[in-house]
Amino acid sequence: MSNKINNSMSLANPDALNITNKQKIALGIGTIGLFILVLALFNTDFPNKGLFLTLSLGAIIGGVILYSREAYLNKLEGIKNDGVWFKSISSRGILGWMLGVVLTSFYIVLYFFPKYLGLGANGEANSGLIGFFDPLSHLLSGRDASQWFVYGVLYTVAILAFGYKFILKYRHNRYQQLRTGSVMFFQLGFAFLIPEFMYVMNNDLPYYDLKSVWPLNYYIFDAWSVKGFLSTGNIGLALLLFGLLSIFVITPILTYKYGKRWYCSWVCGCGGLAETAGDSFRQLSSKKVSAWKLERWLIHTVLVFSVVMTVAMVYSYLGVEKNDFWLTRGVFISLVIGFLTVVFAAVMYFKRQELGKDAKMGAIGYAVVIALLLIMHFTGTTEQLFFIKGSTLRSAYGLYIGSIFSGVIGTGFYPILGNRSWCRFGCPMAAILGFQQRLFSKFRITTNGGQCISCGNCSNSCEMGIDVRAYAQKGENIVRSSCVGCGVCSAVCPRGVLKLENDTMEGRINPTEVLLGNDVDLMDLLNKK
Amino acid sequence: MEHIAIIGNGISGVTLARHIRKNSDKKITIISGETDFFFSRTALMYVYMGHMKFEHTQPYEDWFWKKNRIELKKGFVKQVDTETKTLHFTEGDTLQYDKLVIATGSKPNKFGWPGQDLEGVMGMYHKQDLENLEKHAPNKEVCKRAVIVGGGLIGIEMAEMLNSRSIPVTFLVRENSFWNGVLPSGESEMINRHIKNHHIDLRLSTNLKEIVSDENGKVKSIIIEETGEEIPCNVVGLTAGVAPNIDFIRDSGIDIGRGVKVNRFLETNIPDIYAIGDCAEQHEAIGNRRPIEAVWYTGRMMGEVLAQTICGNKMEYKPGHWFNSAKFLDIEYQTYGWVFSDRNKSEHEQHFHWKHTDDTKCITVAYHKDTNTFLGINTFGIRMRHEVFDRWITENRDMDYVMKNLPEANFDPEFYSHFESEILKAYTNQLQTV
Repeated sequence: MSNKINNSMSLANPDALNITNKQKIALGIGTIGLFILVLALFNTDFPNKGLFLTLSLGAIIGGVILYSREAYLNKLEGIKNDGVWFKSISSRGILGWMLGVVLTSFYIVLYFFPKYLGLGANGEANSGLIGFFDPLSHLLSGRDASQWFVYGVLYTVAILAFGYKFILKYRHNRYQQLRTGSVMFFQLGFAFLIPEFMYVMNNDLPYYDLKSVWPLNYYIFDAWSVKGFLSTGNIGLALLLFGLLSIFVITPILTYKYGKRWYCSWVCGCGGLAETAGDSFRQLSSKKVSAWKLERWLIHTVLVFSVVMTVAMVYSYLGVEKNDFWLTRGVFISLVIGFLTVVFAAVMYFKRQELGKDAKMGAIGYAVVIALLLIMHFTGTTEQLFFIKGSTLRSAYGLYIGSIFSGVIGTGFYPILGNRSWCRFGCPMAAILGFQQRLFSKFRITTNGGQCISCGNCSNSCEMGIDVRAYAQKGENIVRSSCVGCGVCSAVCPRGVLKLENDTMEGRINPTEVLLGNDVDLMDLLNKK
Repeated sequence: MEHIAIIGNGISGVTLARHIRKNSDKKITIISGETDFFFSRTALMYVYMGHMKFEHTQPYEDWFWKKNRIELKKGFVKQVDTETKTLHFTEGDTLQYDKLVIATGSKPNKFGWPGQDLEGVMGMYHKQDLENLEKHAPNKEVCKRAVIVGGGLIGIEMAEMLNSRSIPVTFLVRENSFWNGVLPSGESEMINRHIKNHHIDLRLSTNLKEIVSDENGKVKSIIIEETGEEIPCNVVGLTAGVAPNIDFIRDSGIDIGRGVKVNRFLETNIPDIYAIGDCAEQHEAIGNRRPIEAVWYTGRMMGEVLAQTICGNKMEYKPGHWFNSAKFLDIEYQTYGWVFSDRNKSEHEQHFHWKHTDDTKCITVAYHKDTNTFLGINTFGIRMRHEVFDRWITENRDMDYVMKNLPEANFDPEFYSHFESEILKAYTNQLQTV
């Protein structure tokens, strides 16, 4: 229940009317931009598609820019959260639910019924919304647009426009500005433009967003993808090697030095959308302990699923090669099991004390993966893996995890579950980075002595649903695998209690009974027993 | 099993209960008439501003209390019978205790102003005050202007709250500069300007004469003592400090002054009855501290200490170095050690003051005139590390050391501009001109 009483009888929240006239005009401009897209969806025959597409995207971006300038530039710099729990759209009100339904429907059509967006089947020309984007696609890569091109453009537009809004909102905070500039850059350059140019250079190369790392891009080691890379000579081979380096070398080093934030809130596209367009929904993530429990089960299950699925896929096409290649099925499965065992043994050896109860769960998880892989190896034929087809496993993953979880639920439910529900509950990449962040990283959120007043601004603004206050009010640093290091808890803290930093591993996790500021004898008695 | 009854579910009482539970199996009951569950009083303002909902101000989920076997009793204590160790509630029921802890906090001061009990006049302390404000000031159409009386921490918070809903605010401050009984003048004047930049009508050296009623017993306007000016308004916030909330024990035989009198073990004059937090009054002030400390942190510390005593490890309340914090609209404030205002500082206390040209950041460092020993720091708009200053004060560092090592104490977010070299330069220049 909102503490604010709605005195009017209207369905819409009366606060929506509290925006200025300029903001109303800005909303109008943005809506016109969206309306042109709707017209295109219904096959309106625009005289000059390129012009109208420019108008439409320009109006959307312009509307957001105008709205944000009016919202933030007329006020002094500072925290701008007034009314987020009163506004219908950001507090699961009617507007929030409506937006959720629209987004979810869009994702369902995008993933499963692209023909309704106008995708031309069997070589026919595109029509509708997808056809509307043809001019831009021709300009960039010379080919017709696809539903993924349309999605990519809209995604990039959202990150750029709302990224600008976020930068204005935090114009007193350089960490937030640089971080947002970074996700805007990586989305526009790495996810959108570079793959288009790579296609222009060599149109046999599979789509490769260089910043997307396995297991987030779960398809990179699929047969078609690997074949695509290998068939394009040195550049393809280099890209494939870069993919391997990304997950096995680059990622562990950067995560050790900076925590998983280097990826999740500075580079990643999913994170980029969540931090910009999703910013208004960050307070909606559940901080209950029960949600945390669910999170740990779900995300690690997805990770196990993605590891087993990828191994099964690679395994299946290794058989198709003639076995004259050194990487045979036997060698491959031994390498995988060996690698997992080394990781598991190292964790158990170095971190046994820290893990406590979780160690048992980790051991069970490890055993399950190994067992599955061995069963696969000894029962497997080219057709049957785990007694079901490997390709079935792969398409199940693509459907349930790749499409439904990350897209339909992950983004469609922004206004209901908060802006990071995919990152928090489902992303296998986040699980790997988080595992390392919790155990082998210099990153932590430092709590400033005894200064916490338990107000709860930090927990409220945590998009990952971490109850930051629970740590801060105990004077304890926050070292959680799920933390993406967005830094908003630190920004909204009214007493300067939280600081994201990279420091030594020593004393990183520091639970205390009595906080700094009290009797030193009492602190000695209780904190050092 | 010994039964510990705690009256008050604020930070003091709840910290005490948590620590007793950690150390013992005693039966614990927390009594409150205000709310069902513990909430952070300092966060009430954010509920009105829409940053949070009320439930977000509750640091523990509702199952926490049952799981930790801490019983919660909702009700107001009317009378304490210390002979039979019985609490009498306004509803007529009673509760037996073995040990009693009074942790009832504060209530807003009222100084006998005419009209101070009219409808629309309120403090900003209890949850009920928040509900009252929501009723009388839901928006700028219902509340065309609000007047706040009293220039302290709660006053400026209330101004920020009303400002968030675009309600015009007139802010009456008795002193000739905001909170200058506590802050040195350079800081206090910077905050004056910041308040005005937020379009709050700040009236310094201005007192309230009376609050005028309309025909329905509601606030219509206020009249200013000095000028006789009448300011029409719909809400009056009385934020001229707080006093211990202890009316219910006046006849109980428990020794009281302004608050509940306690010794260094937080014991009252009656065995098995203790008092902690805002409502406790030390017989003699501890160091530079006030006998009554109405501060979140000290309430928590008293809870931590008393839990030891109650669990059989008798300990004095011996707080460490002073620290505090607040936020004035957009400017954060932290203090470590002692920095006194121009009015209250002693003869040996010298100040070094630095202010950024943007007028939102400044520091004041206090040191001993003769020994050059560092005494304390106030910092505005720059976050600093509690742990570092606590250590420097313990180590009796001198001013030169502190100024040279200031970067070690910086706690601002990454990529923020740093001002330590500029501060050091100003400090060195000042030494040369003296």
